[in-house]
Amino acid sequence: MDGTARNGTPPRGLAMLAVQVEKTLGDAFFLKASFTSTSRATALFGASGAGKTSVINMIAGLLQPDRGRIELDGEVLFDEAERIDLPAFRRRIGYVFQEGRLFPHVSVRGNLDYGRWMSGQKTDDTAFRHIVDMLDIGHLLDRRPGKLSGGERQRVAVGRALLMRPRLLLLDEPLASLDVARKRDILPYLERLRDGAQVPMIYVSHNPAEVKRIASRVVCLDAGKVIAAGGPELLDAAHIDVLA
Amino acid sequence: MFDLSPQDWTAVALSLRVAAVSTLVALPFGIAIAVLLARGSFWGKSLLDAVVHLPLVLPPVVTGYLLLISFGRKAPLGAFLADHFGIVFSFRWTGAALACGIMAFPLMVRAIRLSVEAIDRRLEDAAATLGANSGWTFITVTLPLALPGIIAGMMLAFARALGEFGATITFVSNIPGETQTISAAIYTLIQVPGGDADALKLVVISLVICFAALLGSEWMARRATARLHGA
Repeated sequence: MDGTARNGTPPRGLAMLAVQVEKTLGDAFFLKASFTSTSRATALFGASGAGKTSVINMIAGLLQPDRGRIELDGEVLFDEAERIDLPAFRRRIGYVFQEGRLFPHVSVRGNLDYGRWMSGQKTDDTAFRHIVDMLDIGHLLDRRPGKLSGGERQRVAVGRALLMRPRLLLLDEPLASLDVARKRDILPYLERLRDGAQVPMIYVSHNPAEVKRIASRVVCLDAGKVIAAGGPELLDAAHIDVLA
Repeated sequence: MFDLSPQDWTAVALSLRVAAVSTLVALPFGIAIAVLLARGSFWGKSLLDAVVHLPLVLPPVVTGYLLLISFGRKAPLGAFLADHFGIVFSFRWTGAALACGIMAFPLMVRAIRLSVEAIDRRLEDAAATLGANSGWTFITVTLPLALPGIIAGMMLAFARALGEFGATITFVSNIPGETQTISAAIYTLIQVPGGDADALKLVVISLVICFAALLGSEWMARRATARLHGA
């Protein structure tokens, strides 16, 4: 529960993500980013419009880079030169979207089970219980997403992504749509997640305080370029502040 | 009120059968074309759109005549279907169902297309990250979210099929027990002296059926929408 894993070296066996992508987005925006992540929680930090979401969409397979290569745990997910582009549904990368994107037509339980159904995995009651308890969503299982508060919705979204047993978890500003009090409620769950679930995460945020609490490594993006990468102390440097 | 002649009851039953069969058979095609028009970008899309809408603007007699010269027993398409699959349309109730299905098709496609266009495609992206391929995504996300539009489209098609007259009578004539639907029966009754009373009974029955279809579909669509918004 404490921050032992935050600043130390990554535990052995953690996923290694290597991203090197280029893409022209719209008329004048050119994204060119390369970074690696071996840490338990890496933050992609930058102002809105810096290209953070585009980068994780490329990792997830929802957006195709023009050029480059994406590798996870030694498996090539995308390589323009070798013409490899693993479709999103085969990548086994969990994604928590900014707005949750829960399926409105099925119950919370149906949402949580969706990834397991689609990947043909057996029911694992222990894992289900564990994640439901960790996120404190047991009392919501029979409700519909339309009846959830913003904070509950994001917790269910995290649970849904975790229950598909992802190799990597992408979180795109999961707190951005919540008010300050809700943010404070959810941050401890995310810390528990980082320390308890054996899944490395990429955490996208423009909020330095959040990033410092969650991430052990920070990659700073500005106008589509990586301008700095390093430990969370990076955020104390004066020139980074102008980004947020 | 309900002392209808057996022939009139046959017309009522036939109308219901023709409308139900044409709606159900048109449904998979309607969904496919609606999704294609809502999502696809391909050469000839506006042409396809125009062809689908043609029955809405053409005089029904013209549609019926076009059906006659393409699906009649001597027509190339009709002969081919009869020889190879044993499907005969001319002067059969199946022909009435075909005419009704084609007349109702644009209404069905429009309703489904609107609901498919309204779907938040980001939910489909979410399904993909959870391991669903495009087929499963369509079945588990797209179709359920389009359900209110699918129900509305089916209702419109059913009502249109019940009311179809011109194309049917042109294509398959007005044969009692085979192709004489309610509309054709009413038309026949008001042609004969003293048939007005029977015609009026059929008019009342078609009003009742259409009201029931409207109310029923309204209720189903409301339930489907409520399900989407978390009831």
